[in-house]
Amino acid sequence: MDESRNTVIRKRSVFKGVKLSESKLTADKPIESLPLPEKIILPLQQHIGAPCSSIVNRGDYVLTGQKVADVGSFVSSPIHSSISGKVVSEVKIINPVTSNPVDALVIESDGEDKWIDLDSLINPQKEHKPSDLISLIDSLVPKDMITRIREAGIVGLGGATFPTHVKLSPPPGKKIDTFILNGCECEPYITSDHRIMLEYTLEVVLGAYIIGRILMPEKMFVAIEDNKEDAIKEIDSFIKGTNLENKFQIVSLKSRYPMGAEKTLVKTIVGREVPIGGLPLDVGVVVNNVGTSKAVYEAVVEGKPLVEKVITVTGAVNDPKNLTVRIGTPLRDLIDYCGGSDEKANTVITGGPMMGISISDIDFPVIKGTNCVLVKKGSPASDENCIRCSRCVSVCPMNLMPLMFVRGVRSGMYEVCKEHYIEDCIECGCCAYVCPANIPIVSYIKVGKSKI
Amino acid sequence: MNNLLISSSPHIWRGLSTNKIMYLVVVALLFPTGAGIYFFGYHAIWIIVSSVITAVVTELVIKKLRRKKFVMDGSAVITGLLFALILPPRIPIWMVVVGSVFCIAVAKEAFGGLGYNIFNPALAGRAFMTVCFPGEMTTWILPSFFGSDAVTGATPLGESFTWEMDKLTLYKNLFIGNRAGSLGETSVMLILIGAILLLAFKVIDWRIPVFYLGTVALGSFLLGEDVIFQLLAGGLMLGAFFMATDYVTSPVTANGRIVFGVGAGLLTVAIRYFGAMPEGVCFSILLMNAFTPLIDRYIKPKPYGYVRMRKKEVKAGQS
Repeated sequence: MDESRNTVIRKRSVFKGVKLSESKLTADKPIESLPLPEKIILPLQQHIGAPCSSIVNRGDYVLTGQKVADVGSFVSSPIHSSISGKVVSEVKIINPVTSNPVDALVIESDGEDKWIDLDSLINPQKEHKPSDLISLIDSLVPKDMITRIREAGIVGLGGATFPTHVKLSPPPGKKIDTFILNGCECEPYITSDHRIMLEYTLEVVLGAYIIGRILMPEKMFVAIEDNKEDAIKEIDSFIKGTNLENKFQIVSLKSRYPMGAEKTLVKTIVGREVPIGGLPLDVGVVVNNVGTSKAVYEAVVEGKPLVEKVITVTGAVNDPKNLTVRIGTPLRDLIDYCGGSDEKANTVITGGPMMGISISDIDFPVIKGTNCVLVKKGSPASDENCIRCSRCVSVCPMNLMPLMFVRGVRSGMYEVCKEHYIEDCIECGCCAYVCPANIPIVSYIKVGKSKI
Repeated sequence: MNNLLISSSPHIWRGLSTNKIMYLVVVALLFPTGAGIYFFGYHAIWIIVSSVITAVVTELVIKKLRRKKFVMDGSAVITGLLFALILPPRIPIWMVVVGSVFCIAVAKEAFGGLGYNIFNPALAGRAFMTVCFPGEMTTWILPSFFGSDAVTGATPLGESFTWEMDKLTLYKNLFIGNRAGSLGETSVMLILIGAILLLAFKVIDWRIPVFYLGTVALGSFLLGEDVIFQLLAGGLMLGAFFMATDYVTSPVTANGRIVFGVGAGLLTVAIRYFGAMPEGVCFSILLMNAFTPLIDRYIKPKPYGYVRMRKKEVKAGQS
């Protein structure tokens, strides 16, 4: 065997970006299970695409894992109950991402957590050797695997929430030659992907193996930032132990924000630039997050729908933790379980500090895209005059001129935004992070994008 | 956990504020300021103090008149200080006050205040003074230190300047600052200490000064001038590190800054060699300030994922 293939290769970033302090408070804390919530709130749209409609009625009794909402459209993803209990009401809540009201089901737990019969391909009581699981996966038909992924309601769990079965069905004529398993986790504070790689190594790698069987790429990379050496080692030894080293190439990336963003990652690993307004598949690449990969494994092999996920609860809480949480659990339960928050804290963010969204109500539920709950003391941006220092230009990983977007929006001349390629912006926040005038540049960019 | 704060991402900030940057520049400017006071005595202190106070007060008054919030962001202090440093050391105080008011009121606030001005306010002020008070603006003295009487003398770039000793002594005097000239432009040594501070804290980009000085050196060499003399004399060092690097009035992209530096260098050499005036730093930077919007418009970084549209596609898109 070729020795050079199974060693980890190292790469540096090829984009500008920023070096952030990591603040990974929970990197060494094993994942705990949050006790079952008393009730869950399930928004009927937790993905990019057509919203689902409810297929249950008020008063219905539902089991854990039972499908409660779906829609016929291909670009969409069904929603499952994450507890067993009674559907008590249908309410409208404000989606903090889009600020639009969405329908949501409220389900009250009976405390039993009775599951539906899972359509598992293995006996869950028994131990299975990885080699047996690999031959099981080899015997499956890609089309069936995609159906199982769709039925399990799997979406991109890195935060983008794009339906995974759509990503794995590239349009005819688009040849995918590279798959990248994204374990970068470049945002400060978040450690959920890190812990998933350490504690669910088999699920993560075999999930990627399933994706590889579906897409049939020439190359598969596992991309991990070098601040997670233990995860690199764990995955490396699993790959070697299962003779998968000719399938996967592990890449240890010098940590730099936003390494984990699809576009910067694709450029760093394969040297290709996704065209403006395009997707990685336009350059023959598919990127999936490690959490998604774990969910893909559980859906395909164990028949388990997406009802829970690992979430880092961190920042100004008394005891930061990594938790396995049922989807729909109110954020309040997570914060209370971590010993409550510091008195001075006034911001609750779902996601990381760079791209996360501050929410107005801690009774808002965990949704599929939630990977972190960050509690902190925040202060509003002071939004002073731009002094044209060009720090935003010198950090933009997309090589844009963010100050021009601010100028365009402030003056109402939105064509200035378009001339400077505002649609290419990934809203990573590097520009606003370094801005001496503390201008909320990302906020201006969102306005600019909505106007062109 | 009631009344949660809603704010746009990102939720962390590096914390290097405009204020901190401005005061870092002030600290760096204290080195050439110290040199000015050392070489030109008490009157230098009065020039500096009156210029800075006038600048800050003018800004305060104009903000009040425009009903805008006055922020002590340090930018008026820098303008006042820079303006003082490029004045002749014996200029009457009332002229300093008039010039300083012009810097803030006309060159900065009339354009919309911090961030909106096209020309570097201190340089615009100097250009104004050159036109209004041509005599006073070209009366130079040799270093007088504290107390000793002022003796008029030509600046090194002036036509009547003569030097009888060896060149090494000349270079040494120019480097230390022991020569006639504007208040803060004479001591290359202390200007460089301030410049190194700004470069070390990444307040300024190396490209503008390096390409500016490089172009002047190359141009002087090609024209058969004494290269070292051309670099050390006049206001070139102060201009290259403290004026041409002004954020507001210089391009924002790396390549744009190279163009800016080279352009300023060419103009400086041209004015010095061919022009009627002995020195050209002030006007060459002002001219390049005027070109800055144009440079920013045509020299943009290539965005990630940029695909050049072929002419046919462009036409197809328009029809």
